[in-house]
Amino acid sequence: MKLTLKIWRQAGPEAKGKMVTYPLDGVDGDMSFLEMMDILNEELVNKGEEPVEFDHDCREGICGSCNMMINGQPHGPQKLTTTCQLHMRKFNDGDTITIEPWRAAAFPVIKDLIVDRSSFDRIQQAGAYVSVNTSGNTQDANSIPIEKAKADEAFHSATCIGCGACVAACKNASAMLFTSAKVSQYALLPQGEIEATDRVQNMVRQMDIEGFGNCTNTGACMIECPKGIKLENIARMNSEYLKANI
Amino acid sequence: MSVLDSKVPKGPLAEKWVNHKNHINLVNPANKRNIDVIVVGTGLAGGSAAATLAELGYNVKTFCYNDSPRRAHSIAAQGGINAAKNYQGDGDSNFRLFYDTIKGGDYRSREANVHRLAEVSSNIIDQCVAQGVPFAREYGGLLDNRSFGGVLVSRTFYAAGQTGQQLLLGAYSALNRQINRGKVTPFNRHEMLDLVKVDGKARGIIARNLVTGEIERHGAHAVVIASGGYGNVFFLSTNAMGSNVMAAWRTHRRGAHFANPCYTQIHPTCIPVSGEHQSKLTLMSESLRNDGRIWVPKNLEDAKAIREGKLRGVDLKEEDRDYYLERRYPAFGNLVPRDVASRAAKERCDAGYGVNKTGNAVYLDFAASFLRYGKIEALTSGHKDASEAEMIALGKKVIEKKYGNLFDMYMNITDENPYEVPMKIFPAVHYTMGGLWVDYNLQTTVPGCFAAGEANFSDHGANRLGASALMQGLADGYFVLPYTIGDYLADEIRTGPISTETAEFDQAEKDTRARIEKLMNGAGVHSVDYYHKKLGLIMWNKCGMSRNETDLKSAMDEIAELRADFWKNVKVPGSADTKNQELEKAGRVADFLELGELFAKDALDRNESCGGHFREEYQTEEGEALRDDVNYAYVSAWEYNENPRDAKLHKENLVFENVELKTRSYK
Ligand SMILES: Cc1cc2nc3c(=O)[nH]c(=O)nc-3n(C[C@H](O)[C@H](O)[C@H](O)COP(=O)(O)OP(=O)(O)OC[C@H]3O[C@@H](n4cnc5c(N)ncnc54)[C@H](O)[C@@H]3O)c2cc1C
Ligand code: SF4
Ligand code: FES
Repeated sequence: MKLTLKIWRQAGPEAKGKMVTYPLDGVDGDMSFLEMMDILNEELVNKGEEPVEFDHDCREGICGSCNMMINGQPHGPQKLTTTCQLHMRKFNDGDTITIEPWRAAAFPVIKDLIVDRSSFDRIQQAGAYVSVNTSGNTQDANSIPIEKAKADEAFHSATCIGCGACVAACKNASAMLFTSAKVSQYALLPQGEIEATDRVQNMVRQMDIEGFGNCTNTGACMIECPKGIKLENIARMNSEYLKANI
Repeated sequence: MSVLDSKVPKGPLAEKWVNHKNHINLVNPANKRNIDVIVVGTGLAGGSAAATLAELGYNVKTFCYNDSPRRAHSIAAQGGINAAKNYQGDGDSNFRLFYDTIKGGDYRSREANVHRLAEVSSNIIDQCVAQGVPFAREYGGLLDNRSFGGVLVSRTFYAAGQTGQQLLLGAYSALNRQINRGKVTPFNRHEMLDLVKVDGKARGIIARNLVTGEIERHGAHAVVIASGGYGNVFFLSTNAMGSNVMAAWRTHRRGAHFANPCYTQIHPTCIPVSGEHQSKLTLMSESLRNDGRIWVPKNLEDAKAIREGKLRGVDLKEEDRDYYLERRYPAFGNLVPRDVASRAAKERCDAGYGVNKTGNAVYLDFAASFLRYGKIEALTSGHKDASEAEMIALGKKVIEKKYGNLFDMYMNITDENPYEVPMKIFPAVHYTMGGLWVDYNLQTTVPGCFAAGEANFSDHGANRLGASALMQGLADGYFVLPYTIGDYLADEIRTGPISTETAEFDQAEKDTRARIEKLMNGAGVHSVDYYHKKLGLIMWNKCGMSRNETDLKSAMDEIAELRADFWKNVKVPGSADTKNQELEKAGRVADFLELGELFAKDALDRNESCGGHFREEYQTEEGEALRDDVNYAYVSAWEYNENPRDAKLHKENLVFENVELKTRSYK
């Protein structure tokens, strides 16, 4: 198929960016979205132009590197799917596709479609851990049974890939879904209980320091989240936060 | 040629590690504060090592090319992690895990290392659970297990099809705790481009800040390389796009021997190549072989009709199917080790039984397990007279719980629904057992330079068993390296801070800049990918699932020629002073072009078949691998000598005191 791509190009953090239009031919439905970008880039390189830079690594929907705003939707039109797992069969011959980076004050653009998401790391550093030494002198793993339903739920919260689509989808650029997923994982497990108070307070504080917006419960984050992280996590974090501040 | 000393401690196998730990030099806590360690890589191995070293008191700097430590390639591991917990009461033990791993590796790994791995395996699970890693559990609340290939017990712990993700996020949380305490300084989006040696010891690295293009010097008392595997030398593999050999190769060029480069794991169950545009291959976890049966049509005509789209696999009658693994290996069936399963798939496809357009695919079929699980589900939910269709529907739900994410991934990529039709799969490059040679302390042949995880060669011999890379990465990082490195660092307490303003750092930086300059100033004829794809094809066709002398020799020549062409004609647009992904790729491919030649040379040198290394000249009448224990029971450790083909061979003789070398049989 033949496509028209409108892509955000920005030479560096301080540079002014703009949308640039590229026609692209020879796209096959079996290609992933990023393989389509590879073809464009190969063409650009062969012409001696700079290719479009974008973050990606696993191309399996698990590392959370890829992050494209496709036709105004984080990760494109397919639900529960990262950009790298989106396939071109979801598009039609002759389509025009706009591709932009995540837009949020806490995610400044580095180059083209690449943004700086280190704010996410700092939220995690503020408290997303259990303070247990890695000495190997812990107790036997089966000494604390955990109800399967709870363990499964904790696991589900823990499957957040840290991509940032929730922030990109939110009109307030709030990081609540991301932060609450981690808080929830620990809140649901006995191992997380002991430090629950400090954890939620510190992580929420860091979220504010980084300049993420407030949550106004629009739910856009959950709709665009490629891993289906649920809004319940936000509710759980709110109640953890309340508990911590009483 | 010299014979290498592995420094394996004396004494009975099961006491070596404990005794070694008891006698190893320790660094007192006050002194640890004055010692700096660089860890390159933040995957399971590097992340866990950095966290533990910092916790012990050392000052740690971590490096990774990703924008966050959490995105290391370990995140993609699917199936599970082994541990000899014997929670299932099926007769597991440290010895059995040790034995399975040695046998699985086709008797080409070091006994003492593998036993140590088995000993610490249980601790890994305890540690991870304490950190809040949400492993899968049974209804009673205890941890669940599944089986992996090449073993007869259930010792694999898992978190749906996302075990690597959960384990890595666990290690990342431990790392974050130390970052928060100021004990670890993370350098993300940084790539190590060289190792710096001073007076023969590793004293730091040269790194490029991938955002600004700046070349930086970092000094330390020791350097740990945990940069993962080099499967991407084949271009197409299940590895992440950025996985590379650069850190390990640069270390090799500075004097660290590179061991068994030709030992590669070709994984039997991956989504087949669909076209020219393919940028990577996707694994369908080995755990699927717990419940999926592998088959091809019995008759050539049926296979042909399926390839031409005139017949559907699902419609083929039971008696017209050849479950060739169950037929050839009745004892292990679909759960034979990876090398065996891969070769068997290739054999069937080469004989004309392949089931996709290209003829390079076999079926992985879940129909039987839908019914099996559905029956149990129906009975336990009080649905005593469920119809077959109802049971199948229930069974699909069970399978979805176990492998839902994998089925979704398959559907996304192939546009076929594996709940309705069998999956099509084919072997793909997946893991590299070879890597930097290390002694029992995980130290390379460069003093002060250590290697952990997939980057070293240590534990898997010629074939790795499933669910054991995660185990090794975390064993190295949490429980081995933090202790063994102390033995070296104990002599460093009086060294003082490492200055980077020395002639050695000057020279290393100069070399690095010259190399980047050269890459930027090629004649501009072909893109980096052009060379990478060409290299990949040579590797796959001549150094892949089966190898022979003629092909290996020509591979060496072709790669050398391609390398010369690359350095003359490569095209890298843009500037070296900004983010430049083409330049990043170019540096990686440049090193693959050297490694590839050494890889072929190593395969040529090894006149036997063992594990993933299958030389056509050396096979049994039944087409199984034929080892030569008299002449080849050694580790090949190559010393860098300018041209890869001139690399010097050193041997580490493998001594087996606790297992008897047998022909591996899974029949
Ligand atoms: C799809 C897939 C599924 C798998 N499933 C399983 C499984 O179920 N069970 C199992 O046991 N094993 C599995 N494996 C294997 C296992 O995941 C890997 O062997 C293991 O995770 C490697 O961990 P590592 O820490 O050694 O390296 P990696 O996780 O690869 O980490 C490498 C690190 O090094 C960094 N790096 C690399 N080069 C440089 C450089 N030059 N400068 C700076 N940083 C650098 C990277 O940024 C990264 O942080 C799987 C592998 C794949 C590909
Ligand atoms: S919550 Fe969803 S959208 Fe947000 S970072 Fe996690 S996976 Fe991405
Ligand atoms: S590239 Fe890893 S999630 Fe898309």
